Amino acid sequence: MTHPFPFSAIVGQNEMKQAMILTAIDPGIGGVLVFGDRGTGKSTSVRALAALLPPISAVEGCPCNSANPDLVPDWAEGVGTDMDEKPTPVIDLPLGATEDRVVGALDIERALTRGEKAFEPGLLARANRGYLYIDEVNLLEDHIVDLLLDVAVSGENVIEREGLSIRHPARFVLVGSGNPEEGELRPQLLDRFGLSVEVASPNNIEDRIEVIRRRDAYEMDHDTFMDHWRGEDATLRARILTGREALKAIETPDDTLRDCAQLCIELGADGLRGELTLLRAARAVAAFAGAPAVRRDHLRQIAPSALRHRLRRDPLDEAGSTARVTRAVESVLG
Amino acid sequence: MRDQIDTDRDLTWLRAATAVAVLSVDPAALGGVWIRARSGPVRDRLVSALRIALPDLRRMPPNIGDDHLFGGVDLSATLSSGCLVRTSGLLGGGPALLLAPMAERMAPGLAARLSQSLDTGAGHALIALDEGADPDERLPASLADRLGIHLDIEGLAQADCAVLEPFSVGKARLRLPDVAIPGTAIPALVTVSSQLGIDSPRAVTFALRAARALAALDGRTVVDEDDLISATELVLAPRATRLPEQETAEETTEDPTPEQREDSPESNETDPHEEIQRLPDELLLEAARAMLPPDLLAKLAAQKAPRNGAAQAGAGAVRKGNRRGRPLPSRPGQLDGQSRIDLVATLRAAAPWQRIRRNLAPDAPQRVLVRAEDLRLRRFEEKSDRLLIFAVDASGSAAFARLAEAKGAVELMLAEAYARRDHVALVAFRGTQADLLLPPTRSLVQTKRRLGALPGGGGTPLASGLRSALELAHQSSGRGMTPTIALLTDGRANIALDGTADRKAATEDASSMARALRAQATPAVVIDMGTRPQPQLRGLADDLAAPYIPLPRADSRRLSAAVGAVLEP
Repeated sequence: MTHPFPFSAIVGQNEMKQAMILTAIDPGIGGVLVFGDRGTGKSTSVRALAALLPPISAVEGCPCNSANPDLVPDWAEGVGTDMDEKPTPVIDLPLGATEDRVVGALDIERALTRGEKAFEPGLLARANRGYLYIDEVNLLEDHIVDLLLDVAVSGENVIEREGLSIRHPARFVLVGSGNPEEGELRPQLLDRFGLSVEVASPNNIEDRIEVIRRRDAYEMDHDTFMDHWRGEDATLRARILTGREALKAIETPDDTLRDCAQLCIELGADGLRGELTLLRAARAVAAFAGAPAVRRDHLRQIAPSALRHRLRRDPLDEAGSTARVTRAVESVLG
Repeated sequence: MRDQIDTDRDLTWLRAATAVAVLSVDPAALGGVWIRARSGPVRDRLVSALRIALPDLRRMPPNIGDDHLFGGVDLSATLSSGCLVRTSGLLGGGPALLLAPMAERMAPGLAARLSQSLDTGAGHALIALDEGADPDERLPASLADRLGIHLDIEGLAQADCAVLEPFSVGKARLRLPDVAIPGTAIPALVTVSSQLGIDSPRAVTFALRAARALAALDGRTVVDEDDLISATELVLAPRATRLPEQETAEETTEDPTPEQREDSPESNETDPHEEIQRLPDELLLEAARAMLPPDLLAKLAAQKAPRNGAAQAGAGAVRKGNRRGRPLPSRPGQLDGQSRIDLVATLRAAAPWQRIRRNLAPDAPQRVLVRAEDLRLRRFEEKSDRLLIFAVDASGSAAFARLAEAKGAVELMLAEAYARRDHVALVAFRGTQADLLLPPTRSLVQTKRRLGALPGGGGTPLASGLRSALELAHQSSGRGMTPTIALLTDGRANIALDGTADRKAATEDASSMARALRAQATPAVVIDMGTRPQPQLRGLADDLAAPYIPLPRADSRRLSAAVGAVLEP
């Protein structure tokens, strides 16, 4: 296996890269939904981000990457107390995955061959402390999406079936991608994603040429290419880690809170999740920028990603949600 | 004319031969090939050439399970031997070359997994044989995007196609890592791909790899013009989503030229072929243009019409599966990674044999001796209810003559729907707005009462009626129902969405609502109940992609029969 494509070498797609970096600084922002054309680097950027992040320290052999031996669930067998470094997990959830595979199920083989009741962990366990990536999330069966979002919000996977009663931590950043032409997500689900970004193929020739150049260099001259970008990736990694540290100390002036509320009222976004996510994301933006407090430009920078998927849909609005958010940002933040 | 067709066919077959050669040199880099052709001698000839060139090619059954694809536990062997036996799976080992027949019927789940495997860079490649009869029936787009070469050999006769001679690719493969591309190649290919409206950058990457393979095959270490032309024909042209603009071709060629000079001095120096410096992407564009069928736009329109999202997503429509829904009796079968075992039924099936099996295997360590034939799988029937949404015009123009018939038809349909346990909803539009008179229900009584109370008169806010139907359809499909809309109107829309009486705006609003409905892929039928059929309504039906049925002077019985005939698949 070769190294994933370097995160800093992705051409353009700044909004998507920003959203990914913010979830790395504060996983509590919630998932990221990436909607757009095929081949715009959606999956590349998720994998690149995971490779960019520092490895996590986990109990060796623990099926859910526990951070210390006390956290290893009791159903996990043969797990010692040794620690091990592993890369931030990025787990792919393919379309058509069954509930068993996702949440885990009774280990049928052992039940039948040895008559033992054992739990076979699913994808959610493996994604703990990492990323769960779903390509074409809009085509995923609804009951699986419901289940995923529920776990993503609660941070715990609870299995009550086939005589098993098991729970384990499942804290991950959900990254969903899809092409809106092939179907939409229900509004209830859209709302659960922290940030949403729209990606498109670069529309100028120069950028496109650069995309292909880098991709070609990556494939044909792998080592040189990776050497070239390693430095940039390291700088970015350092900034993310500094941002994580700085996050707690970021101040939130009352004016910012007022701005958040005003924006959401202006847009008629349902519920309070919009404000909360906007605030949290803006704080991460400030932390990444090295600012001591959240300012208006931080809000301005993240408002489209945090709010565009929370608007009531208007089938006749050709301009789309992004334009509506931009308009609201202009009128509220000036 | 006749000669022209013959030449086209010859060229197509030549391209197919080139595709086989390119793929044999570098299958992993190209991801594979998507072959669109009916099963027949021509396709067989192509496939057998591929088999000779790529001896590792393995056939992938269309209904392959995860265990066979990625490896898993071989349950039968495990049970009979008493210890865990694993299978390696088609993709489990090293780089795999798969041949997928009937690719047009590939389930979205399988396509997604294959796409994922192709993305890993493990060196897999897939040859997808697509036998789709109409444009809608095709390989899932996400997978098609990841297969480098697209070939359409539909319509070739065996006589057109010479047997492909076996050739050796060993040398070409060795040469491949050393093949250099001239600095102008990337800008030229990118320009062509954007002229052809190809959004995915994968296409250009594939074209580059194909050009490299072609150069290697030809014994060269530098990609030349002909390689790029062939690569354009194989990779870019079949992905075109629009015709290149003839007039602007000259302007766009100028764009990359200055940039090439600044950007790629080194590759220019190393490049011995002088003529390639001036490689005009116009040349490539010309090659692509020659390949584009004249009816490209019509074909594209057919493909663009939203494929029923339901067919892709699996939301809606009745499904009989083994994963969720109302339980059905369990069946014997093999675990394929998708289905769930019915443990109790399995044990029950194994129970009567325990004594006999114990006698046969007295030393077996297991407490219960289960064999593969005992396995019982759970099955569920998921009934996704149909919802018939009637959008009924109750305006003044419709009211006098037709409303009574429409009401009668709705009642009749409802009675049938009730028998089939469908849901029915009723939206009526009159005056300046539309009302949801009856939310989705199965209650016959309620419907009759609401229908009876439906007043007539006023303007025709057709757009509002469609909007209500659209919203209702959207909500109900979210709740797992499969909505269908029956629009009964006389088509003289005269109230716009905002409630103003403006015939022109009203017509425009109605047609944009209709397109919104079509974008949701909600099936519909338009019944013209006017005394004289309205051409406007036919246009509306086209916007909806719905059948248009003019039924002047029809009574309720005929109306209901007509709607029923359209809605019943």
